[in-house]
Amino acid sequence: MNLARLQQTLIAAARRQEPDERVPYAFEKRIIALIAERAAVSGRALWARGLWRAAVSCVVLAVLCGAVSFFTPAAGDNSKDLSQDFENTLLASVDQSDATP
Amino acid sequence: MEERSEAELIAAVLQGDSASFEPLVAKYSPRVFATARRYARRDSEIEDIAQEVWLKAFDKLKSFRGEAPFEHWLMRMTVRTCYDFLRGHQRNREASFSEISEPEEDWLDRFVAEPGNAAEDADAAKALINRVLDRLSPEARLVIQLLEIEDRSVKEIAVLTGWSVPLVKVRAFRARAEMRKILARMAKDKYL
Repeated sequence: MNLARLQQTLIAAARRQEPDERVPYAFEKRIIALIAERAAVSGRALWARGLWRAAVSCVVLAVLCGAVSFFTPAAGDNSKDLSQDFENTLLASVDQSDATP
Repeated sequence: MEERSEAELIAAVLQGDSASFEPLVAKYSPRVFATARRYARRDSEIEDIAQEVWLKAFDKLKSFRGEAPFEHWLMRMTVRTCYDFLRGHQRNREASFSEISEPEEDWLDRFVAEPGNAAEDADAAKALINRVLDRLSPEARLVIQLLEIEDRSVKEIAVLTGWSVPLVKVRAFRARAEMRKILARMAKDKYL
């Protein structure tokens, strides 16, 4: 078999094939709908991404606060207690009047 | 549609009016589909290619500078998308030539007996060349299609594919050899 000739003949056959330009019905409408859908999805994705970032930041902040309160040594001295200081100040006059004979 | 109004449509799309893209899709889809049909056989695959081309074109419209016609820019994108499709569907290449149909076998027999009498426009010859093209590597198929079947110049192919001119020449040489090898295997399967 003459392969070179067969190759030429088959290529000539391919050249004779008419280009098929048929387009499915309303194809352009479908493309525009797809583009609009993608835009909506990308808007939602933007929101979701922002919310996820906010959530991660909140978790990190909560963990930090927890760590600070956990590792900070508890104050053993009552004088550093704000409520006690407040009460002492408020009742100072009463204490003084009790002390005077 | 005049060139000016086409430029206006593109400008409108770039300003956010995506509906202005519709007339462009309607105008150039026949060419996109015709090109896609040269590389894919199933309707679903052809539609997927065309859809990908248009979505890419919409996304990359900013890179269209208007120096060359929109159609040329779009066809470059179409050819490259078809090439990507071929690279992603290489599994189809392993089909055996024992599967060739009876009319194709008859056509081959006629060609062997009398090469001059085997008609080029016969459906069997077209089916046979499609079968051979399906077995080529993606690079070879693209080069054979553009260079031999569509009769484009090496320079044009370089522009369409993004390959350098020497690379197109090398791939064209290899593609012809690959095609001859496939034809030799086909002859061997059938006659030996």
